[in-house]
Amino acid sequence: MKVLVWDKTKCIGCGQCELTCSKTWFKEENREKSRIRITKEINEISFNACNQCGECMKVCPVEALTRDSRGIVRLNSKTCVGCLSCVGFCPTASMFVAPNEPIPFKCVACGACVKTCPTGALSIQDLPEPLDKVFYRRHF
Amino acid sequence: MNIYQNPYNAEKIKKAHKLLAEFKYDLTPLDKGYANKTLYVNVGDLKIKSKPVTQQMKDIFTAGRGFDMKLLWDAVNENTKWKSPENEIVIAAGAMGGITQYPGAGKSIVCGISPLTGAPVDSNVGGYFGPYLKFSGWDAIEIQGIADKDVIVYIDGDEGKIQILEAPEEDVNSHLISEQVCEMFAKDELDMKSISSVSAGVGSEHAFFGCLNFSFYDRRRKVARLKQAGRGGLGTLLRHKKIKAIVCKFSHLKADSNHVADLDRIKEIAADYHRELYKEDDKQCDMRHVGTVHLVELMDDYDLLPTHNYKFGKHVKTPKITSHVWREMFTQGIPDGCWYGCTMQCAKCVDGYTLLTGPYKGDVVSIDGPEYETAAAFGANMGIFDPHFIVEANFYCDTYGLDTISWGTGMSFIMECYENGIINKEITGGYDLSFGNGEEAMEMLHQLARGEGFGNTVGLGIRRLKKLFTEKYNADPKFLQDIGMECKGMEYSEYVTKESLAMQGGYGLALKGAQHDEAWLIFMDMVNNQIPTFADKAEALHYYPMFRTWFGLQGLCKLPWNDMEPADNGETDEPAKVPKHVQNYVDIFNAVTGNNIDKKELILQSERVYNFQRVFNLRLGFGTREHDMIPYRSAGPVTLEEYESRVERYDKQLKEKWDWDPTGKSIEERHQKTREFREDAYQKLCDAVYERRGWDNNGVPTIEKVKELGIDLPGILEVLNKYYN
Repeated sequence: MKVLVWDKTKCIGCGQCELTCSKTWFKEENREKSRIRITKEINEISFNACNQCGECMKVCPVEALTRDSRGIVRLNSKTCVGCLSCVGFCPTASMFVAPNEPIPFKCVACGACVKTCPTGALSIQDLPEPLDKVFYRRHF
Repeated sequence: MNIYQNPYNAEKIKKAHKLLAEFKYDLTPLDKGYANKTLYVNVGDLKIKSKPVTQQMKDIFTAGRGFDMKLLWDAVNENTKWKSPENEIVIAAGAMGGITQYPGAGKSIVCGISPLTGAPVDSNVGGYFGPYLKFSGWDAIEIQGIADKDVIVYIDGDEGKIQILEAPEEDVNSHLISEQVCEMFAKDELDMKSISSVSAGVGSEHAFFGCLNFSFYDRRRKVARLKQAGRGGLGTLLRHKKIKAIVCKFSHLKADSNHVADLDRIKEIAADYHRELYKEDDKQCDMRHVGTVHLVELMDDYDLLPTHNYKFGKHVKTPKITSHVWREMFTQGIPDGCWYGCTMQCAKCVDGYTLLTGPYKGDVVSIDGPEYETAAAFGANMGIFDPHFIVEANFYCDTYGLDTISWGTGMSFIMECYENGIINKEITGGYDLSFGNGEEAMEMLHQLARGEGFGNTVGLGIRRLKKLFTEKYNADPKFLQDIGMECKGMEYSEYVTKESLAMQGGYGLALKGAQHDEAWLIFMDMVNNQIPTFADKAEALHYYPMFRTWFGLQGLCKLPWNDMEPADNGETDEPAKVPKHVQNYVDIFNAVTGNNIDKKELILQSERVYNFQRVFNLRLGFGTREHDMIPYRSAGPVTLEEYESRVERYDKQLKEKWDWDPTGKSIEERHQKTREFREDAYQKLCDAVYERRGWDNNGVPTIEKVKELGIDLPGILEVLNKYYN
């Protein structure tokens, strides 16, 4: 599966990736609407974007979240009812909400930010998909 | 997907429909959580009409249960009985109902004059019906009249039409008809999620405690799942009206179908709550994996699990039915919310279960539940500590349309009567109905569905059974009154209340009968000793019933309020109230409606409806102190066997709590004295609660109180003036 990967050693925390992301998906430069979050603290820069683990698919009541042929977890905006289950239950808190957007959004490894990152800290990599843990039981 | 040995033919069933009446209406978007009109359907004279919701109606009754009660009041008169054609089934979603963001916001509230109690009842239930009804353009639906033949009432929220259809071919039992209507009214499999129905099975044609099954289509299991409006016999009323199902279709659910005032505020609160649940639930109640059955072991630990008709509070076999068993039986890893966005997802399900008995023996089905009440009633109270019995009886109760609480508590009463020789094999048709006899109990259930044998007699409910056993079998009425666990005609739900006076009041002072949804105070009272005085208990029996009534006004589930608490809840001033979650509700109500209420106004909204309902009870000949009296089994040990089983506790209480020295006294004397003290305490509790609620000493709201609340409507004053004069 395709995943956006961050190299901590190269990142300078400029936030260009956030602006590129929001511009790409929401046509405006607004960090609140970025699918990548860069946080700068005194001696630490941290990064948060979807790792395509697929846990959100299991909590979505309308199956609006599915994995595409490239292994990327995508949200179908027509099916989504905006319940925010995925926001609360994302293990890495990488499903986001923003004002004036009724439904959540997440990184889909589109690669737009990779192209604009000035230090080459971002890349799209191919990683193995996690095993599906959903199962049914039959009694007797 | 369920697998049936005798599959039905949906096409053939649909072809048999005959249109009896149709009403078309304009589809308009909701306005801040309200449709601003209600739907009236008369299945007797086939009239259908729209009624406006006025601002005054919202100001006084808010929504949900408030609207239900107002419409029901207007429809009936002081002589109305449950069978009267003017009696109604009224269903509403509530003002916050249908928001998808915050867990537990999809409840429907159903009201009607109860076949079981004769008084107004309300029942709060999951499933998709209430929200779909509202999004189809109706804040409530009231159904009046009695049909000549079996009918379906169909609300099409996509096309804007209401139909009454003659429906001769559908099955009556709910697991089948709820699926059949999905197949008949949905475009295709993907569209089945757009259908929700209300139905009651064949059992509700014979029992007074028939339940209503509200469906929600589970797209992963491909099954129409069922949640129950269990209490009060409204399923019996549905079948009395010859309604096979009320069906609603709505296909366009979106994040803001309620057209709320401030969606961003709701999103903010809801995202925070989901995260809290993600972090805390596993450490607290584990609702997401076992639902409410986590309570089985907890209740047993505290001697609160009703065992053998509430004689005792624990049993050595309890580990056979505790949560570890259910965790294994429930399918894990898929969403189980009964409305969108409920990540608490307590609606657990046993999948791929092959039925062992009854008309569907051999069919492979998904079974909703059991929930705590069902597991406790069938397992401990009836003494059948067998999870497979519990699951199978749960399935049949649901599909037959029988309230598991009333049937389980009723059977527990029957079993004690049997063991005491009040009834015998000659009366039961040859069945040994001792505690623990699962096969015999299962046969009683199937007999009730068929309307035959002694099983059918069980469907009378405890109040009518007491009369029958006294008149026909010369039973001692006083003993039956002591052990028959009903109040106002409604069977108790599954908690032993002997050591919690406040909880005795929680049951006895509840408006509709012995249900715990108004107040659950056992831990506050008995375990944590937070409300030691009569005044403290009265305050709790004011605040909690009012607060919890609010869930019914809004279309909310109680569980997300306090079955998961914020990590720092213990550090707040009033942890039992879970202040943060109450504030969430206030803020979301304001964000939905654009109003600006606070916690105080929240209680006032409830108080108006609560007092209105109490006067409604009075109007129908109930609603006074005598109707709040409880069976002694809920207050203390009825038999010497019970006294002896906890002799140290009772003797200690005589000395320390009641200042009466038991030394040298016979067990009969100690037993009798315990009863005197406890019965006296209950009366004092009633005095304190009535005063706190602004009622007279007979439990009737004063005229000053209804004026203060602004519910001094002409009808209310007429009832009160008649009473006070």
